[in-house]
Amino acid sequence: MTKKLIAIPLLSLLFALPAQAVEFTAVQADKSSLAFVYKQMGVPVEGRFKKFAAQLAFDPAKPTAAKANLDLDLASIDAGAPEANDEVAGKAWFNTKLYPQAKFVSSGVKALGGNRYEVSGKMTIKGHTQDVSAPFTLSTQGTLASFDGAFVLKRADYAIGEGMWADFGTVANEIQIKFHFVASAAK
Amino acid sequence: MTAKRYTTTAIALHWLMFLLLLGLAGVGLYMHDLPLSPWKLKIFSWHKWAGITAFLLVALRLAWRLFHRPPALPATMHPLLQRAAHAGHALLYLLMFAIPLSGWLMSSAKGFQTVYFGVLPLPDLLDKNKELGDLLVEVHQALNLALALVVAGHAGAALKHHLIDRDDVLTRMLPFSRKNPITE
Repeated sequence: MTKKLIAIPLLSLLFALPAQAVEFTAVQADKSSLAFVYKQMGVPVEGRFKKFAAQLAFDPAKPTAAKANLDLDLASIDAGAPEANDEVAGKAWFNTKLYPQAKFVSSGVKALGGNRYEVSGKMTIKGHTQDVSAPFTLSTQGTLASFDGAFVLKRADYAIGEGMWADFGTVANEIQIKFHFVASAAK
Repeated sequence: MTAKRYTTTAIALHWLMFLLLLGLAGVGLYMHDLPLSPWKLKIFSWHKWAGITAFLLVALRLAWRLFHRPPALPATMHPLLQRAAHAGHALLYLLMFAIPLSGWLMSSAKGFQTVYFGVLPLPDLLDKNKELGDLLVEVHQALNLALALVVAGHAGAALKHHLIDRDDVLTRMLPFSRKNPITE
């Protein structure tokens, strides 16, 4: 009885979806951004990555089939100050000579209801791979979709900031990552 | 009858700020060329926190001064020298406000908010701007050089009063001085 009562609104929701399936695949790099906030001595400092390549396949009608890959050029970092940029390229931080790129490969996307979703996958930085997941919201406008999300990455999980930087007293372990990807629908 | 000595509070604030500003200037000179390290981030933060403390103390000191007029300068002083002394003191106050303010603005322009003791975030009065940040470094240094010169003149004048004029201008600002007890 109760199952039927739920089934009716669910069915009507299904019919309310746009008739044609739209899959967003073409990431527009110039409109997308990958930013982060870290705390040093309690001070939030903003940074961003200027170069990254994202591959995306997202059909709002079939979110579980969605895929997302990200290749991140670590040397393109703006960590908030010129001397910080020099420092984080070094061995203690990203060691960009040995590990020029960070990589994220999605393993699944689940719908959280409304326009909210969660992507899970594997993040590889500096030779360390960890499972990560990030909630995001989808907003579509015609053939454009933007994916906005944030998650917390713990730098110690990837040995980012070793040696004298390993202590979280000056630079906190938690790094807030904020992504904004704009993708257009495939023709 | 007017007071011949500064109040105990004014004397305490004067010498406390002397030590604080001396320490701040020394740390500032030491830290500005340090290579990036956790130590540098720590010492920059401590410098900022101490600088904000100095800003608060000078505000407190000025407020105290408004309600507790300092003892008058000796009547034997030439009117022009009296005017110079007042101008010197005004300049000291101006610099004691301007220096921490320039540091706060510099920090904002460099993109690092000042978070007092790592707990209380102060608003950024300027947006991040590299050129402006570099300019404010110069301003901060120039103001400090100016303060060092005015303080040298201030100390020289106090010694001249004590050693040459042999009046009470120096001793009335000294702690633990038995001479010239507070008469008000």
